Amino acid sequence: MNAADNSHAHGKPGNSLWSDAYLRLRKNRLALASFWFVMLMLTLCFVAAWFCPNPDKIDLENKFAGSSVSHLLGTDQLGRDIFARTLFGGQISLLVGFVATTLAIGIGVVIGAASGYAGGRTDAVLMRGVDTLFAIPFLVVVIVLQVVIAEQTKDASGWVVDNWGWDKKLTSRIANIIPLFIALGLFGWLTLARIVRAQVLSLKEQEFVEAAKALGYSRFRILFRHIIPNTLGPTVVYATLTVPGFIMYEATLSYLGLGVEAPNSSWGILIRDGANFLETEPQLLIIPGLFFSLTLLALNFLGDGLRDALDVKAAKD
Amino acid sequence: MLRFITYRLLQGIIVLIALYTITFFLIKAMPGDPFTGEKNIAEETKQLMREKYGLNESVFHQYFLYLKNVFTEGSLGISTSKAHSVNEMIGQSFPVSCILGLTALSFAIGLGVPIGVASAVRKNSWIDYSGMALAMVGICVPAFTVGPLLQIMLSMKIPLFNVAGWETPRDVILPAITLGLVTTAYIARLTRSGMLEILSQDYIRTAHAKGLPVSRVVCKHALRGGLLPAVAYIGPAFAALISGSFIVETIFQVPGMGQHFVNATKARDPFLLQGVVLFFGLLIVIMNLAADILTGFLNPRVRLDQE
Amino acid sequence: MDMVFPSIQEILEVPRIRKILRDPLRGVLTAIACLSLWSCEATSSVEVASRDGILIMGNSSEPKGLDPHVVSGVLENNIIRSLFEGLVIEHHSKNGEYLPGVAEKVERDENSTVWTFHLRKEARWSDGHPLTSEDFMFSFERILTPSLASDYSFMLYYIKGAEDFHKGKTTDFSEVGVSAPDPHTLVVKLLGPLPFLPEITKHYTWFPVPKHIVLKHGKIGEPFTDWTKPENLVCNGSFKLKSWQINDHIEVERNPEYWDARNVGINGIRFLPINNSYTETRMFASNQLHITYRVPPEMIAYSGEHYPKNLRTEPWIGTYFIRCNVDAKAFTDKRVRKAFSMTIDQKSIIDNVTLGKQLPATGLVPAFGEYPASTPVSFDPETAKKLLAEAGYPNGEGLPDIEFLTTDQDSAKALAEALQAMWLEHLGVTVKIRQLEWTTYLDTMFKQEYDLAAGGWIGDYLDPLTFLDMWIEGGGNNRTGWSNEQFEALLDKVQQTGDQATRYRLLKEAEELFLEERPVLPIYWYTRNYLISEDVRGWNPLILDNHPYKFLKLKAAD
Repeated sequence: MNAADNSHAHGKPGNSLWSDAYLRLRKNRLALASFWFVMLMLTLCFVAAWFCPNPDKIDLENKFAGSSVSHLLGTDQLGRDIFARTLFGGQISLLVGFVATTLAIGIGVVIGAASGYAGGRTDAVLMRGVDTLFAIPFLVVVIVLQVVIAEQTKDASGWVVDNWGWDKKLTSRIANIIPLFIALGLFGWLTLARIVRAQVLSLKEQEFVEAAKALGYSRFRILFRHIIPNTLGPTVVYATLTVPGFIMYEATLSYLGLGVEAPNSSWGILIRDGANFLETEPQLLIIPGLFFSLTLLALNFLGDGLRDALDVKAAKD
Repeated sequence: MLRFITYRLLQGIIVLIALYTITFFLIKAMPGDPFTGEKNIAEETKQLMREKYGLNESVFHQYFLYLKNVFTEGSLGISTSKAHSVNEMIGQSFPVSCILGLTALSFAIGLGVPIGVASAVRKNSWIDYSGMALAMVGICVPAFTVGPLLQIMLSMKIPLFNVAGWETPRDVILPAITLGLVTTAYIARLTRSGMLEILSQDYIRTAHAKGLPVSRVVCKHALRGGLLPAVAYIGPAFAALISGSFIVETIFQVPGMGQHFVNATKARDPFLLQGVVLFFGLLIVIMNLAADILTGFLNPRVRLDQE
Repeated sequence: MDMVFPSIQEILEVPRIRKILRDPLRGVLTAIACLSLWSCEATSSVEVASRDGILIMGNSSEPKGLDPHVVSGVLENNIIRSLFEGLVIEHHSKNGEYLPGVAEKVERDENSTVWTFHLRKEARWSDGHPLTSEDFMFSFERILTPSLASDYSFMLYYIKGAEDFHKGKTTDFSEVGVSAPDPHTLVVKLLGPLPFLPEITKHYTWFPVPKHIVLKHGKIGEPFTDWTKPENLVCNGSFKLKSWQINDHIEVERNPEYWDARNVGINGIRFLPINNSYTETRMFASNQLHITYRVPPEMIAYSGEHYPKNLRTEPWIGTYFIRCNVDAKAFTDKRVRKAFSMTIDQKSIIDNVTLGKQLPATGLVPAFGEYPASTPVSFDPETAKKLLAEAGYPNGEGLPDIEFLTTDQDSAKALAEALQAMWLEHLGVTVKIRQLEWTTYLDTMFKQEYDLAAGGWIGDYLDPLTFLDMWIEGGGNNRTGWSNEQFEALLDKVQQTGDQATRYRLLKEAEELFLEERPVLPIYWYTRNYLISEDVRGWNPLILDNHPYKFLKLKAAD
């Protein structure tokens, strides 16, 4: 706890959790720098990308070219622009990271908190359910989903194109990603639920919960207003940890036909493909790898900043 | 306590049956069958093969027969893709995965907990930042990149280790590092956040106020509670570590269990897949139970037997 | 990313550093001891193995078993070939020729329909039991017994009555055209003339299994018995099974009972199931392997630079092609199929994507021996455009959506992307790539739920027939929906003649017809790229890649 935090919290005792948190976040320079870095990356991927050369344009005469004016960071094994592919790949990866993490937090926190708070039979059923899901072979589920859902989304996207007049290419890109989200959403929350539950178990015996009970608040209100906000610290930390996992998973799933369709790419796919060139053309791994790692590092420090800012106990002083 | 454990183990059996049921029907839902190969086999021959493995029976017959064999004989069936019984395959590969997983976990805990604690105690210092950056790098660099990098640096450039293989005790080191790196990062991050939570609590401040040295406060008082989130994570992570990892095993040529999951899935080998999944399920049940018991021990305020 | 390394090294050194701080002298001594122990072990596996006469081979994956009658596959074949020996064996340096195996002499009647094999009297199983024609009779009956469910038993369908017996139309094995007039003579009666029968008998489906051992562990057609377990396996090849650790290794050692044991040049072979080809290349580079199973495409040029003496590129009997679903609306017209074929720049694909010095497939059957390659397949975008316009799709307009089915393998995606770009550039057609997990891909292709599908074929034996007879109507590996009466009539004629020149002429005619119809778009003929240590002597290029191990020698390089 640094002095600035304390004095600040004392200065504005009546503020809500969120505005307090915002003010504290602004004091954290590393978190702030990280925030701007993430913003920069978002701009690059979602705005600047459109000014790049066509990422799918193959030019076999010009493979493994070094960096030049026409190819800022050189070209890959099929003569495609690495910079453009990395930026367009970032769109998919950031989207996957964001959606999958949101799903994981949403499901994980609710199930974990409910399980820990209710205890008894509810807890047993929910947690044994988590155990079961944890042991189900992910690859098998993906292969089944690939068959079961891929057809459905294909039909649905055809319908959307016909009836709503959406762009065919865009629709099919979206349609391919939806089963991916389902696969990730189905399994991404399991460990998070266990962590939240463990947190809730220790919180629910604490004085402030006793106090809330004594005040006659409903279980629902105690859970959502008092307990869950207190679990946010570990939740945010764990969630930022899982983002890279989700992004890399996407690459595996895309290879299995569930996700991004070639020649489109993502950071995960670029890194996976690049790893094969480790000895021969390492830049194919290093460039997407750096974009990926730096973005996640920034997200991580941002997550830390958020965690500190949300630290209710620090604020109570 | 005993009642709690018995109760949880009974629940475990239900978990395993549920797991078996889901896996069984998922396998049936996968396209292709165990006899789908690159060179197509005549339908008559396929029929003979189905008879050979009892796959010509009705689905419900197959479902109950396997369950019966598991519970009465402890037999997990015969692999359709490799000429071995599933028990034999797990028997040979589990000890390997176990050694590798334990080494990886010791590495992860031995490195992750100190980093996490140091980062929490010296919050927002360079120790904290570099520790956490290191952890994040551990998470961002996937095993299929770390493994080859280690091979190139520590086997080819500086010939300290074999590139791959499982012959000398030394061969465990590189795969264990590769396998444990992500776990290390998770443990470091979770320990840090758990410690921060605890360090801000009143009883720790009281301890500080009483003039106890920092190291004593941290080790004696804070560590117990600070490890809670990490422990909740380690339960399933441990089960996953000792049941093998396909990527690490194929990169380092380790004859562990992880390959069975992927190979059995690709080969649509129902018995091998059900066998390893059930075995993994059993590990999960046990490890999560252990994690919960450990949670109770670390945090006496959590009551185990809530029934 | 390099940040990982210092940290790990630091960690490895921490205990040592601590010890040194506590007790400097002991620390230094320990460190010296550790380092010296470490360097003692530094002799590479290959050096030790070469000295001991053990060949270490990468073998891609764990075998599905070692029973020659039950398994099928290249990597199983590699191991089985060391353990068992058929009537004749592969020549160590010449394609399409054979050397005596269990049979010391082979005779045939004038139209190559009745064959007599004279078995050597000194042939023995590895347990010392004599090997007689009775074992061969038993083996043929076993592989054809329906309940064994061998997936390769059709390799014996050339024998009179074999197919009927296998399909259960008769249960009397005496109706099958094999007989054993005495313990050292085996007579095989075929359905028709087959001048290259010895080629066929090199296949492991024709190998003998020990009757006395197989029956000890179960009945003749019983599929799961323990006779192939390391402690039970009895074989007749130049080597016998020493140890078998799942996913780790299979080791074979010299078989002293082998009839030609004196001339076997090495003491044993260690087969390693190395799935990851990058790992395999690195293992070779650090002297852990004598021979790799393959070299990944990205590493071929690199290996050529770094290990020029070790990299070998040899033709292999296989063709990579794309199947067209002729029942799919787009590909019913052969002009469209041809247009797609003519816009594949084979050379560019080989130079930029597959990178293994493969040969552009100008026809379906790769050239070998006296069978010349066909040449109608070529890169000709101008004609292709005309053909597509003639078919009613000028510049690809009006074509329905086309999906290109491919697998989850690394190289498959780059190839698909390159093809996609070529078709877009030359035909103006955007083909959608559909990548699927391997078995799902096979299932989808077998059900013919595709427009275009990547595929390939490796010949089972050295004859063009192995590439052509799969395209008959309803053939299990056809899967294109294509069939042609004239084509089948030609193949029927081939079965009737024993004269090699006439056969080849008819087969060529059939191939030309097939290529004119173009139900598949040939891309390249396979090559095998691998790394081999200079210690290995006597490993010659063979188009079927079935190297007989007994002629190999290991000698430490100077």
